[in-house]
Amino acid sequence: MNEAILNTLCEDEKDEKQLEQIANVIDHYKKDPGSLIQILHLSQEICGYLPLKVQKFIAHTMEIPLADVSGVVSFYSFFATRPRGQHIIRVCMGTACYVRGGKKLVEKLEELLGIQLGDTTDDGKFSFEVARCIGACGLAPAIMIDSTVYKQVNPNRLEDILSQY
Amino acid sequence: MVHLTINNKEVSVPKGTTILEAAKSAGIKIPSICYLPGVHVAGTCRICSVEVVGAKALMASCKTEAKDDMVVYTNTPKVQKARKMLYQLLLSDHSKDCLACNRNQTCELQKMGEELGVDETIFDTNSARQQIDSSPSITRDLSKCILCRRCETACSKIQKVGVLRPQNRGFDTVLAPPMDIPIADADCVYCGQCTVVCPVGALKETDSIATVWDAINDPSKRVVMQVAPAVRVALGEVFGMPAGTRVTGKLAAAMRALGADDIFDTNWAADLTIMEEGTEFLERATRAVQGKKAVLPMITSCSPGWIKYVEHYYPDVTTNLSTCKSPHMMLGAVAKSYYAQKLGIDPKNIFVVSVMPCTAKKFEVTREELENDGNRNVDAVLTTRELGRMIKQAGLDFETLEDEAFDEPLGMSTGAADIFGLTGGVMEAALRTVYAILTGNPLPFENLHVTPIVGLDQVKEATIKLENVLPEYKDFEGMEVRVAVTSGLDGAKQLVEQIKHGKSPYHFIEIMGCPGGCITGGGQPRSEDPKVREKRQAALYTEDEQKTLRMSHENPSIIAFYEEFLGKPGGKLSHDLLHTHYVKRGDWDAVFIDIEQNRKKKTAKSAKAGAANGVQGDTLSQRMNDLDNMQAISLEEENKKLRDEISEIKETVSIYKQVLADYKKGS
Repeated sequence: MNEAILNTLCEDEKDEKQLEQIANVIDHYKKDPGSLIQILHLSQEICGYLPLKVQKFIAHTMEIPLADVSGVVSFYSFFATRPRGQHIIRVCMGTACYVRGGKKLVEKLEELLGIQLGDTTDDGKFSFEVARCIGACGLAPAIMIDSTVYKQVNPNRLEDILSQY
Repeated sequence: MVHLTINNKEVSVPKGTTILEAAKSAGIKIPSICYLPGVHVAGTCRICSVEVVGAKALMASCKTEAKDDMVVYTNTPKVQKARKMLYQLLLSDHSKDCLACNRNQTCELQKMGEELGVDETIFDTNSARQQIDSSPSITRDLSKCILCRRCETACSKIQKVGVLRPQNRGFDTVLAPPMDIPIADADCVYCGQCTVVCPVGALKETDSIATVWDAINDPSKRVVMQVAPAVRVALGEVFGMPAGTRVTGKLAAAMRALGADDIFDTNWAADLTIMEEGTEFLERATRAVQGKKAVLPMITSCSPGWIKYVEHYYPDVTTNLSTCKSPHMMLGAVAKSYYAQKLGIDPKNIFVVSVMPCTAKKFEVTREELENDGNRNVDAVLTTRELGRMIKQAGLDFETLEDEAFDEPLGMSTGAADIFGLTGGVMEAALRTVYAILTGNPLPFENLHVTPIVGLDQVKEATIKLENVLPEYKDFEGMEVRVAVTSGLDGAKQLVEQIKHGKSPYHFIEIMGCPGGCITGGGQPRSEDPKVREKRQAALYTEDEQKTLRMSHENPSIIAFYEEFLGKPGGKLSHDLLHTHYVKRGDWDAVFIDIEQNRKKKTAKSAKAGAANGVQGDTLSQRMNDLDNMQAISLEEENKKLRDEISEIKETVSIYKQVLADYKKGS
C-alpha cells in the first residue's frame, strides 16, 4: 500500500489501544463474516470513524479481502470514513421533510457553517449530513443534532439552534 | 431429472440446472450479458428474463432453477419489450463513444443491441462514473462499466484475490479496489482475468501499441521482437480462426512485416530457463539430500501475476521462489548483452518488445530489479490481443501470410519450451532435463508426458522415483521427487498455505497465475468456445510432439551459448543476467503486525489480571453484550412467531379433520 495514499486517507494517527480494542471485538465475534456490520459499528464507536487503515486492520484480522470491508463501509451511510465533528447535524430529506422545505434548510446550514454537505467544520465542532427519514414526518421539516430532534424548523431558526452548541 | 417445457418443447435436465442452461441444452438461446458459464454469481443484467407461467413477474433465467412441469416462454412480446427496456437502462449509464472504443465490434453490449433489435436510445447518457484509472498493466474506464460484476466473479470467485468489489451505493456504485483507490495502489496482482471477462471496454490492458510503433519507426532503434509459446495457439482466433489453430509461422511472418528487426522466440529462453532453474533445483536438492539447510519446495517463477501475488500476500514465501527471471526477461537480458556485443551496438539502442499472453508482464518489465547496467531487460509488452490489433492496423492479411521461421541466434527451441505455455508444462520440461541429467535416461513416461500433471485440474501432483542414477549423483539414488502443479491463484493459495505452515510435502512446485496457465492468460483473445482451454492445450502439446528435440539441454543453440558466453548454468554471469530477487511487498504495514503480535502477548499475560481496561473497555463490553442480546431477542421473537404459526396450522388441521370426520359420519 502506498504510504502517501494512506496518509491522505488517515488524517489521524490511530493509537494502538484503539486497534487492540477492535481486535478484542473481532475475537468476541470469532471472525464470523456475518458479524462484519456489528464489528464495524463497534469499531466506529471506538475510533469515531473508519479510515482505510482501520478497515485494513479489520480485514487483516478477519482474514477477508479489504474490498469486502470497504464495500460494506461505503454502502451504508452510517459509516464514516473521515473524522467527524463533535456534534452531528442530520437534516431529514425523507419525502415529507423534503416537500416541506428540507432543501432550504440544507442551503441555509451550508451558509451558516461555511461547509458543504458531508463535511466537517474546521474547528471540528459540527459534521453536516442528510438523513433518509428519521420517522418524524408529522413534524416536518425536521433536523437532528446528535440525538435531539428539532421539529418544524424554518431556516431563520437555525442560527438560534446552532448557538445552543 | 427434471422435466419442463420451454417454448412448447419438452426438455429434461438434471436437477439444479437453471432455465438458461436447460434452454441452451435444447438449442434455445436466451440472450444474456452478465452470465458466466460455470461460475455465475450475480444475476445483475436481467436481460435473460423469461416468462414462467404462473410466476408473478418475469424471471431471470440465469438464476432460476428449472423445476418439474414448469412452462417457460423465452420470446413472448412481454419478454421482448422488457429486454429492450432493460437494455436501454444499461445504455443509460454507458458511454456511447463506440467508434472510438477498442472493443468496437467485439463489444458484447453492442452485439446484444443488434440481437435485440434496438434501433434508438431513449435515455440520455448520464453516468455518474467518469474516471479513467491506469496502472502499468490494467486500465479501467468507468464510463463504460455496466456493473455486470463479471470482473468481481473473476477476481473474487475464480482467483480468490478479491480486489475488485462493488464500492459505494446506488448511482455511485463502482466495481473498484477498496475505497475506490487507484488500482496501482491496491494489492492487485495484474493477472488480467477481469479484462478477459469484461463484456465492454471498461477493463482492458494498458495500451503499449503506440510505444511499439514509435520504436519501430525510430531509425536509431533496433527492434527485437519475441513471442511467448501460448500466443502461437491463440492469435489466429483474433482473425476468425477456430480455437487452438497453430499459427507459429504466420506469427513470425507478421512480426517481420510489422517492421521488427529481429524475430526471436521466447521459447529459446524457455530452454535457457530450464537449464538455470534445473540447476538451481539440483543445487537445493543436493543440499537437502546431504542433510544441509535448503529451502524446499522450490517454486517456479515464470508467471509475474503469481510473483506479485506471493509478494503481497505471502512475503515470507518469496525465499521458496526460484531466482530465475521469467523467460522473456532472460531473452531481453541476453539480447542487450550477448547479442548487442555480437552486433557491436550500444544496448541502449536495442528496443525489446515481448508479445505475451499476459497483462502482468507489462508491470514486470517496469521492475527496477529487472534492469542490467541501467537498461531495462524488456522495453514493452504487447498482449496477444494487442498484436492482433497491430496486425490489423498494418493492413496485413494474416491468413494468407507465408510461414516464416524465427531468427538466429535466439530463435531455436525444443519441444520442452512449447509446453511452458500450459499448466504442468514448466514442471514437465524441468523433469525431462533433470531426470536425464541425473540418470542419463529419458523420463519413464509415454511420449515424455508426465501424465499425472497433464490436464486442467486445479492441483495436480506426481512422484518420480530416481533409479540407476549416474555415479556423480549417487546421493539421489532411490529418492522420490514429489512435485505439485497448480494454475490460478486459488490453487496457489492452497499450496502456499501448506508451505507457510511447514506442511508442504513437495520438493518442487509449478505455479501459474491464470487458471489453465498462459494459454488462457489475461492477455489472450476472449473466446466464446467453451472448449477453448482444451483446444489450445492440445495445440501446444502438438507443437511439442512434432519437434525432434524435446529436452531443453539438447538444444544445440543453448549448448553453444553456454560454451561461447555464459560458461556454466548457475555461474557468475548467469546470476548477473538471468537471476533476480523479489520484493516483500506485504499487504500490511509492519506497524500493524507488531501491534497484533504485542496484543497476543499482552492478552496472554493479562488473562489473569482481569478486566483492567478502564471505563471505555467496560462500556465497550457493555455494548457488545447489548448487540448480542439484541440478536438473541430478535431470534427469540422469530421463534415465537414460528411457534405461533405452527400452533395455528395445527388448529386449522384439526378443524379440517373434524369436518372430514363429520362428513364421513353424515354420508
